[in-house]
Amino acid sequence: MSFLPKPKLHHPKLPTNALGYTRRDYEGAISTLCAGCGHDSISAAIIQACFELDIEPHRVAKMSGIGCSSKTPDYFLGASHGFNSVHGRMPSVLTGANLANRELLYLGVSGDGDSASIGFGQFAHSIRRGVNMTYIVENNGVYGLTKGQFSATSDKGSKAKKGTVNTDEAIDLIGIALQLGATYVARSFSGDKDQLVPLIKGAMRHDGPAFIDCISPCVAFNNHEGSTKSYDFVREHNEAMNRLDVITGRAPITADYEPGEVREVEQHDGSILRLRKLHAEYDPTNRVAAMHHLHERKAAGEIVTGLLFIDPEPRDLHANLNTVARPLNRLGDAALVPGAAALEAVNAGLR
Amino acid sequence: MTPTDIRNPDYFHKVVDCQWACPAHTPVPEYIRMIAAGRYSDAYMVNWHSNVFPGVLGRTCDRPCEPACRRGRVEEEPVAICRLKRVAADNKEGVLARMPPIPAIGNGKRIACIGAGPASLTVARDLAPLGYEVHVFDEQAKGGGFIRSQIPRFRLPESVIDEEVGYITDRGGVVTHYNQRVGSLRALLAEGYDAVFIGAGAPRGRDLDVPGRQEAAANIHIGIDWLSSVSFGHIESVGRRVIVLGGGNTAMDCCRSARRLGGEQVTVVVRSGFEEMKASPWEKEDAMHEGIPILNWLVPKQVLHEGGRLTGMVFEKVKAERDANGRRQLVPSGEPDVTIEADDVLVAIGQENAFPWIEADLGLEFDRWGLPKLNEKTLQSTLPQVFFGGDAAFGPKNIIWAVAHGHEAAVSIDRFCQGEDVTQRPPPDVVMSSQKMGIHEWSYDSAVSPDLRFKVPHAENEVALRDIKTEVELGYDRELAFKEAQRCLNCDVQTVFTSKLCIECDACVDICPVDCITFTEDGEEMELRDRLKMPAHNLEQAIYVADGLKTGRVMAKDEDVCLHCGMCAERCPTGAWDMQKFLLESAKPKAERVHACAIR
Repeated sequence: MSFLPKPKLHHPKLPTNALGYTRRDYEGAISTLCAGCGHDSISAAIIQACFELDIEPHRVAKMSGIGCSSKTPDYFLGASHGFNSVHGRMPSVLTGANLANRELLYLGVSGDGDSASIGFGQFAHSIRRGVNMTYIVENNGVYGLTKGQFSATSDKGSKAKKGTVNTDEAIDLIGIALQLGATYVARSFSGDKDQLVPLIKGAMRHDGPAFIDCISPCVAFNNHEGSTKSYDFVREHNEAMNRLDVITGRAPITADYEPGEVREVEQHDGSILRLRKLHAEYDPTNRVAAMHHLHERKAAGEIVTGLLFIDPEPRDLHANLNTVARPLNRLGDAALVPGAAALEAVNAGLR
Repeated sequence: MTPTDIRNPDYFHKVVDCQWACPAHTPVPEYIRMIAAGRYSDAYMVNWHSNVFPGVLGRTCDRPCEPACRRGRVEEEPVAICRLKRVAADNKEGVLARMPPIPAIGNGKRIACIGAGPASLTVARDLAPLGYEVHVFDEQAKGGGFIRSQIPRFRLPESVIDEEVGYITDRGGVVTHYNQRVGSLRALLAEGYDAVFIGAGAPRGRDLDVPGRQEAAANIHIGIDWLSSVSFGHIESVGRRVIVLGGGNTAMDCCRSARRLGGEQVTVVVRSGFEEMKASPWEKEDAMHEGIPILNWLVPKQVLHEGGRLTGMVFEKVKAERDANGRRQLVPSGEPDVTIEADDVLVAIGQENAFPWIEADLGLEFDRWGLPKLNEKTLQSTLPQVFFGGDAAFGPKNIIWAVAHGHEAAVSIDRFCQGEDVTQRPPPDVVMSSQKMGIHEWSYDSAVSPDLRFKVPHAENEVALRDIKTEVELGYDRELAFKEAQRCLNCDVQTVFTSKLCIECDACVDICPVDCITFTEDGEEMELRDRLKMPAHNLEQAIYVADGLKTGRVMAKDEDVCLHCGMCAERCPTGAWDMQKFLLESAKPKAERVHACAIR
């Protein structure tokens, strides 16, 4: 933990984006997490992604629950909207905000405790309802704030810092997200920003429920030998399915690829996801095959990462409910409170 | 690329840009921290050991440290290092007791120093505490050399010179022979000195050669001679209209002195462009602030005179062009000549060395420019017992170079007198010490001040121009000095990386405010520099490369704009980064060493 703020001085040649902002303009307060926490790297990746996407900070709403991970929205996008909700309740607060104003970019940040234990139901329902959001779980497999008990995502057989071996089965959030209809599903590792930043960018440009499970080692309680969420273990067992480039606008193709090596998927908003295949047989647009492959590789002891599933034409909650396009705060009183006669008409229609 | 060898003292020394740029390698950040802490006497002594004349240099140094200062690369202006040095000198308490004692019984060796300028006095300062009997000869009545004769009093009060020369000549071990011009080196050598140091300066001012020069001789003065006549009170006035020829610091001193001696219309005329002038930017600024125009691209053509009195000068307008060999030349621009009316002309167009008192048959050889043939490191001449330093060695430079030469010559003379190999140079003294005090506490002030450079208060022109002895710069007060000192980035507190502790969590990469750390695949230097998080295109600054990481990548840190804020070390979970103070004191003769390092 640091007491001093990060110096305002920056590299004299630090580039600016289309809005004239530098990457430093997307930072927040200095982190109060333990030194070396994987979550800080994820914050840095979010900052980088928003900078590269030329996102106006005031167009982002960052939501979180409780836990180390849920503290992080304070450490990035200091000029954005934020809501630090009750433990495990981020998904419903986000859903509510999204229903009231669909024009903001919703970024839900949660942890394995927040999403796989106390908020497991909330997580599941926000995904199955198809809320248009980027939902990032900073997954360290441990309850860091309460000093290192196993969390619901700890792998069976993983060893705690004091030597206890986990006997419970782990919840695979990726598997749940795929099953419940998330239309953009990825897994990454806080120690690999080259992979993580494009995955966040792709998710933020996705018009549907985008879920990223990001393994994020807890240096204080889960970075020892025997842990399956340590820097060393994840690096050794990481099996990336593909490498992603997110192309917005008309960026030229800069790298040469062998035919068949690259697959481009155009998202609904026009952005292009250029996937460099690392596993020839892997098809990220086939949900069933993706689930099958995940189970198979997990059984083989691998941690599968990359963009695991993408539906380029998703439907979201607003489409399903046929809601009004305009944010509620820009509707007049007459539209928001149509009066007893309108209610009567609705009731009549239901009789 | 080859991993960085941080055990080579040059590596971290280079990171301390100011200290590396200082010819005497003064540990600048060390004394600036002391000033911030109000430890003025300590700060003075750190300076005194390295540069001998902190009070003088704090007002007059050419400050090669400031253009080198890292602060100038991360914001607009460097730390005002020079003027902070003056703060230490102005606010110190008694320092005499802290100076190395002069032994009551000498070592039996006698050294002669010719000239009592900064180079000779540095030799005397370094050698006297070792028991040498140092004889200093000078034609003036007091010591100081050009410090006393050339630098106008409004920039440097005489009391400061007296004090700092006194620390050397009045503590024993040094015998002064003032008012005594050495007329023959042969005769001096015959007196049996164990070694002779020649620090006699570059005493001859270059003259003007244009029509009318001789006829108007009464009103044409050689700048350095005129300045010393002013210094010693032989000249107390000058004509109402004065032309100063030349673009160096001597020209600036001449024009500003003339302004104070009755010159109302003083004009500086320079052959080349404003940017190429040799004068320090702040000296040009100060001159212009005193209402002195600087005219450029004008070459003297003719001196106008009437009845033996100078009336003005004619100049030809020129421009710079490259000739067939790519050499820059001044050619007439074709514009009409410029005539400037004047009563007096001061010629400050350069200085030359002259050694008419060194006999040709002594075996002391000179090169074709009339400079002595020297070993550049040892400063030893072709006559083994004779050493040179200051302007006498390689032509006109400045005070701080003279001091640096003095230190090197003192090392040489000591080794020579002890029968040791002069070319074997002792290594510098280096101390590295971790600054870590707690999880997030450092024993240096790691916060980076956002302030811009503070201006040094000046006396108002009406007051300053009235009397040539009124010091024009008032100096920082303690409060301003503290604020300016806080601008120092503590570049001597080094980021030291230990690969085997690193878990590659990226915490340092993420926190670094200037993006200077990258973990990446190894490569050739130029290619590696290009793909760092921020490309490292300043090739004068090293990149610190460490291998031995678990993933097989390397850690590459661009030293260029590192703020030394310690954030990397603060956010490092394993202590792979540490902030360690690197204190280097350049080699001095044996008994007089480790002083800066001892003041902690």
